Amino acid sequence: ITALSWHTYPWSVWPIPLCSTNQAPSGWMGSVTVQMFVCLLQGSPHIQVDIYERLPVPFGLVRFGVAPDHPEVKNVINTFTQTAQHKRCHFLGNVHVGKDITIQELMQAYHAVVLSYGAEGNRTMGVSGEGLPGVYSAKDFVGWYNGLPCNKELQPDLSHETAVILGQGNVALDVARILLSPLDLLKKTDITQNALETLAASKVQRVLMVGRRGPLQVACTIKELREMVNMPYTAPDMLPADFQHVAQALADLPRPRKRLTELIMKTLNEDHRGRQGVKRWGFRFFRSPLEVLPSADGSRASGIRLAVNKLEGVGDAVTAVPTSEVDEIACGMIISSIGYKSLPIDPAVPFDFKRAIVPNNMGRVEETTGLYCSGWVKRGPTGVIATTMNDSFDTARTILQDLESGAINVSVSRPGSSEVVPLLEKRGVRTVSFADWEKINAEETKQGTAVGKPREKLLDVREMLAVAWT
Amino acid sequence: MSLVFAAGRLLSGASRVAWRKTSLCGDPRRTSARQICSRLVTGALWSENKVTVNFINRDGERITVQGSPGESLLDVVVNQDLDFDGFGACEGTLACSTCHLVFEEEVYHNLGPVTDEELDMLDLSYGLTDTSRLGCQICLSKSLDGMTVRVPESVMDIRQSGGSV
Repeated sequence: ITALSWHTYPWSVWPIPLCSTNQAPSGWMGSVTVQMFVCLLQGSPHIQVDIYERLPVPFGLVRFGVAPDHPEVKNVINTFTQTAQHKRCHFLGNVHVGKDITIQELMQAYHAVVLSYGAEGNRTMGVSGEGLPGVYSAKDFVGWYNGLPCNKELQPDLSHETAVILGQGNVALDVARILLSPLDLLKKTDITQNALETLAASKVQRVLMVGRRGPLQVACTIKELREMVNMPYTAPDMLPADFQHVAQALADLPRPRKRLTELIMKTLNEDHRGRQGVKRWGFRFFRSPLEVLPSADGSRASGIRLAVNKLEGVGDAVTAVPTSEVDEIACGMIISSIGYKSLPIDPAVPFDFKRAIVPNNMGRVEETTGLYCSGWVKRGPTGVIATTMNDSFDTARTILQDLESGAINVSVSRPGSSEVVPLLEKRGVRTVSFADWEKINAEETKQGTAVGKPREKLLDVREMLAVAWT
Repeated sequence: MSLVFAAGRLLSGASRVAWRKTSLCGDPRRTSARQICSRLVTGALWSENKVTVNFINRDGERITVQGSPGESLLDVVVNQDLDFDGFGACEGTLACSTCHLVFEEEVYHNLGPVTDEELDMLDLSYGLTDTSRLGCQICLSKSLDGMTVRVPESVMDIRQSGGSV
């Protein structure tokens, strides 16, 4: 290496899945960052990537969003681990960007900063009674059964027979499936012990997933639907009236939508009415929430009032328009699964409040130089694994382009973590390295093996840090 | 499985061997070190029985490699260190669609049966065609010798639509 041609391009990458962040369906959101790193690490032998994460543990949604009974989806952790162990990649956990350090300080220390912090918030129904006990966001519910530290005290009330989920995407299906899965299946997964015990005492017998539009617009994907159809000791509970005109539309549908619709319709043709002792799950279509109804003493939710909709428009642009008709479902638990929402993280970073994303052009954050974004905070919180993964490749390619074109000025060397870490230490913040995470990993695996699970997640950040820094 | 290759490329040659994962073709949930070892051993024995596969990558380049009968196309991509971004992310367990491949029509009709589980994931892939399959589910046999498969684009190029996200 000659002195002339050696440039160090330290990159700061900031994937922080903040407390109770986005829970993707079969989510791989953590893979976003890692896929991008691989591109970057491969793109030039001089690139160094530092990953700042708020929690002491890495992997984001792969750990906290993917359902416990989808372990194969978590296989990608093997690849993340390889990347994180690369000598030019450093994981720095336990750093709260925006509080312990600002974006501006990071941009001074690094040639480029990438925001991939996902969607920490959730869309609200915006109806009265939403704050009543018994109403939860899917984000919090999933965080609870997946061991997200800030959701460990959720204590959902599973003592009522009917649960209503607003939303029909894969997250809604995950929630329904965890509520109705036989314990024998769940107890071999990495679901938290706390959640397992609560579910063991659950009285929930019926789960209805409510959507604004019709069967042809349902947002879940077929794999998750098939899991519900095949779930032992359950039976589907659909309203045939919701399916008028669907059969006629089948022939013209593209294959994925056609197969999905056919599977839903198959549940109509099977007669489960006489079956005893089964739990029920179903869709209710053309319904939007109007109000959460309180119990007689006003102490909790006891039902939901829904507007009945009709559809207007054609194709993908079909929208739900309320009629004057109203419906009610009595239920003891309401889970809103209507979408996640990114939040602004630092006043120095532009934010589009209407779309709840960081405004950007191909991943370059508008009005800035050297600041990029990737994943849900760039595109909005939708899409399956492949969508977000490929998006992260795009951002990486944009960065490599800018590196080549000189849009990122690397003639000035930047200190990277050698400046940031001492600054954090001065502020009383000690980082968690990837090797430290591996101690947490070993402890969780050991505790899990003792009870026949792949791992028993540590739920307390202080406990994680104690193990990490032994 | 480009992530594996990328990591593999950066590791020493010895440890790269540990990254060669093979699945029992047709049974995507079983991978084991024993299978890896048996592949390495029988690899030598299979050498006369190689199956030539031509991949057309996303840049339109042809890459010709040889695999062994019984290996899945995902195994071939992994074992030959082929650099397709994001390929095979779930490691052959039918939990993603990133090993999506497009086959020639006559070859497609001679491939083994497709299960609902494969179709469910295939339905999520970009650029789905009538001759698409998931590479992790297709096992090599002599009858596939010389076939050409295309690695389709994994995302719609938003630059073509000219707008920001």
